[in-house]
Amino acid sequence: MGVISLVRQFSVVLLAVALAPLFAGWIAQCRAWLQSRSAPPLVQPYRMLRKLFNKDVALAKDASPLFRATPYILFGTMVLAAAIIPSIATDLPFARVADAIALIGIFATARVFLSLAAMDIGTAFGTMGARRDMMVGFLAEPALLMVLFNAFLLSGSTALPSLVEAYSAHPLSMNPSLTFAAVAFVMVLLAENSRIPIDNPTTHLELTMIHEAMVLEYSARHLALVEWASDLKLFNYACIGFALFIPWGIATHGADGGLALLLAVAVLIVKLLLAGAALALVEALSAKLRIFRAPEYLAMAFLLAVLGLLVHILLGA
Amino acid sequence: MSLYSLLFRCILTLSLHDLHLLLVLVLGWLILGLAGLLRPHRVGLVAAVLFPVGAVIALGVALLGGIALMAAHIPQVAVLPLGLPDLPFHVRLDALSGFFLLLLGVAGAGISIFAAGYFRSGEGTAPGLHCLQYHTFLASMALVVLADDAYFFMVAWETMALSSYFLVTSQHRIPEIRRAGFLYLLIAHVGALCILLSFGVLQGGSWQFTFDSMRSARLTPFWASTAFLLALVGFGAKAGLVPLHVWLPEAHPAAPSPVSAMMSGLMLKTAVYGVLRITFDLLHIRYWWWGVLVLIVGLFSGLFGAIFAAVQTDMKRLLAYSSIENIGLIFAGIGLAILFEAFNLRLFAALALTAALIHSLNHSLFKSLLFLATGSVLHATNHRSLGKLGGLIRRMPWVATLALIGTLAIAGLPPLNGFISEWLLLQSFLFTPQIPHAFLNMVVPLGAAALVLIAALAAYVMVKFYGIIFLGQPREASLAEAHDPGWLERLGLAWLALGCVLIGVLPKIALRAAGSVTGALLGQAVNVSTPFWWIAPIAPAQASYSGLVLVGGIVVVVGITYVLVRVLAHGRVRRTVPWDCGYPWQTSRMQDTAEGFGQPILHMFGPFFRIERDTPSPSDCSPHYRIHIEDRLWRAIYQPIEIAVQHLSNAIGTLQGGRLATYLLYSFLTLIGLLVFVLWA
Repeated sequence: MGVISLVRQFSVVLLAVALAPLFAGWIAQCRAWLQSRSAPPLVQPYRMLRKLFNKDVALAKDASPLFRATPYILFGTMVLAAAIIPSIATDLPFARVADAIALIGIFATARVFLSLAAMDIGTAFGTMGARRDMMVGFLAEPALLMVLFNAFLLSGSTALPSLVEAYSAHPLSMNPSLTFAAVAFVMVLLAENSRIPIDNPTTHLELTMIHEAMVLEYSARHLALVEWASDLKLFNYACIGFALFIPWGIATHGADGGLALLLAVAVLIVKLLLAGAALALVEALSAKLRIFRAPEYLAMAFLLAVLGLLVHILLGA
Repeated sequence: MSLYSLLFRCILTLSLHDLHLLLVLVLGWLILGLAGLLRPHRVGLVAAVLFPVGAVIALGVALLGGIALMAAHIPQVAVLPLGLPDLPFHVRLDALSGFFLLLLGVAGAGISIFAAGYFRSGEGTAPGLHCLQYHTFLASMALVVLADDAYFFMVAWETMALSSYFLVTSQHRIPEIRRAGFLYLLIAHVGALCILLSFGVLQGGSWQFTFDSMRSARLTPFWASTAFLLALVGFGAKAGLVPLHVWLPEAHPAAPSPVSAMMSGLMLKTAVYGVLRITFDLLHIRYWWWGVLVLIVGLFSGLFGAIFAAVQTDMKRLLAYSSIENIGLIFAGIGLAILFEAFNLRLFAALALTAALIHSLNHSLFKSLLFLATGSVLHATNHRSLGKLGGLIRRMPWVATLALIGTLAIAGLPPLNGFISEWLLLQSFLFTPQIPHAFLNMVVPLGAAALVLIAALAAYVMVKFYGIIFLGQPREASLAEAHDPGWLERLGLAWLALGCVLIGVLPKIALRAAGSVTGALLGQAVNVSTPFWWIAPIAPAQASYSGLVLVGGIVVVVGITYVLVRVLAHGRVRRTVPWDCGYPWQTSRMQDTAEGFGQPILHMFGPFFRIERDTPSPSDCSPHYRIHIEDRLWRAIYQPIEIAVQHLSNAIGTLQGGRLATYLLYSFLTLIGLLVFVLWA
């Protein structure tokens, strides 16, 4: 582990932190275009963050230290997750810290902290949001695990760098089982990141909120960190998806010189642009589900992933 | 002085043998218990001396258990000059018993220190008597693990059941507690009978009841399976596997909190020990369908426990159901290990067994921690119902912080210990498609999804538990007087929390400890050749995890973020009323309740429950909403048995007319019958 790999690690993290709000901004832009609205500028999330960082924190009078610490913990876990996911290169010093299953665990830690913080003030909406978010969590996690099971069967590993290297060895071969898994993954991604059809990130109706209800009591820099962390979460999920299903272009071990890294960044940006547009399209075409339809939706994702598993075991493909 | 020198000479003559030292320590517990009887009504002696000394002894037991895991000179055996003339007590210390002694000692030390501050004189059993029951309970658990023949095992097992029965019923003036105690005793004895029968089968016609002769017995497949199934039922009744779980949510909450912690954290593990001892040590062969059976029972118990925990409104009942869930996970690991071993996939069997062992250890730490925390809450507030608690993080910061560690650990979240075992279990599930059986390799992987569902439900349950007790607004005015417990109780909680953090951050310690057990039982251990700060149980390219770097990374990132935010932005904070979407008149009664938190579960998993709802009519002036949730299995299984037993007793009761002449007739008829039988034969 030399200086170069540390620099590479550091640049991966900085790239994630910088690109995450832009990715969110890009999705918002695409969505606005698809809905024939005039789109906000790409850097709108950044402007929002700057505004929030400059405001005074209005803190509920009996907020506990847990409530104040949670935004930092959320941000910290998401940045660390970004350091582990091979978004542009596989040979990262942090890559062995956690495999894909442990990554789900890290995301779950962040979710539990946010839910606890939402319950801290003791408002009706906060607790309701916490309950719903935890519910979506326990429905989504089995489906996500089955997706990883598919990936494991093809490569014999749940470590994301090993997965990427295994797929990159024989490029452009699409496995039928992975196709099912990819659809399941996208469904889980939408649910886990509080997007339509499970939650609506731009809703103004408190009773239908999940993520927004949990952060209602946050303001100023705390809210900025929470929002940045949720942008990072979406970015991280997208990068996990790239590593699992379209790993081409990620600089693999031994082929990670400066040029290869630049190329990998360019490929990543193209992938993000395409993925953002696709997500916006999915969101524009679907309506938000009632909260008790969420189990059916996530059961569907689960079944797709299981189907992929069976296809693999039966057909060996 | 003479006692001391006697003890010293005793140790010398025993030549500092680990096993003998252990027996001396166990004897120490029994002596402590008896010492409690010297002044049974004075809480001072018990609290200030006996319980802390008991905690020190527990540490000694843990140390010796740990040494047994590392040492090369095990197994050690000894024969005690106790028991019946032809049936002396055999004891044996090997890796498996060493592991469970370690677990017993580490968690027992924390619980004892806590108990030193917890027990007060008042209603119920006198403190001195408590001390006797408590230490007998501890000692009997240690002896269960050490016993090396069926006779001694059953004696220790029954002592454990009885001493815990008396501890459960220490508030024996309350009828519900007496009922809970009776149910517990009943099912404990049904289980003990099955275990006894299992040993009867295991001796395989040699009529030697030492474990050594059972190891060399070669049973036919039928009798081996019979022995296994009897053991599973017997130990499953003690562990609380569904459908033998009904006593658990009644008995655990009824007991004082340190006792609940011991029962849930330690006693359930003796059942795990028993299953492991019989399956992997005493039986010479294992069949794959045993593994499937245990896996199904384990996963079902896990799901059942998690779902029921989610709808509980009593904090100790919630934890009791969560114990069923955790035991389910442990048995799922054991089932998987049997399955792999039957197909000779020893490395994966070792992985699954490692997961089960580490989860046992973890559960003993975090479940004890949480039960003890509920004890502190109970003492501080006098409320057990979640509907009357809330906001205690501001009144009891110590307990709240330590309970948060336990909550995150039991929810299976990195970087704490609960995650380690669940991660290992998931890793072993990943290899199930390699089972050379065309049907199993497709169905068993779905168990992984069930496992994740259980773990995620557990997180839901624990958010409910912690959020409703410690966060939000106090739901009762009296909670304003709640305060943190004394330093002994805090020390006990902190010790257990430290264990949770340590195993989470440096999981390799636990992996090594479990590795010696799997090495002894399966002849195979998972890979531990990584540096101390990370683990890769199969191979680094397959999967790896490092709790230390994870924690370090998060701390560094959080630190940098905090400094940057402070430097670049201002730090102004204005304290105001909560916003709550601009609604100013909210009260603590408007918060989500425990029932509300359980509602999605009730909605989704409706068929699991028997629900009685009283919904008020719209015209009701003083509306009351009442919901009663029951276990379907109680009506499906236990009530028919209860009714049948009642009928049978009534039928037998008719024989008892109360007339001497009738009784003489019975005797006469029996005698005739016997004579006929003898002549016939």
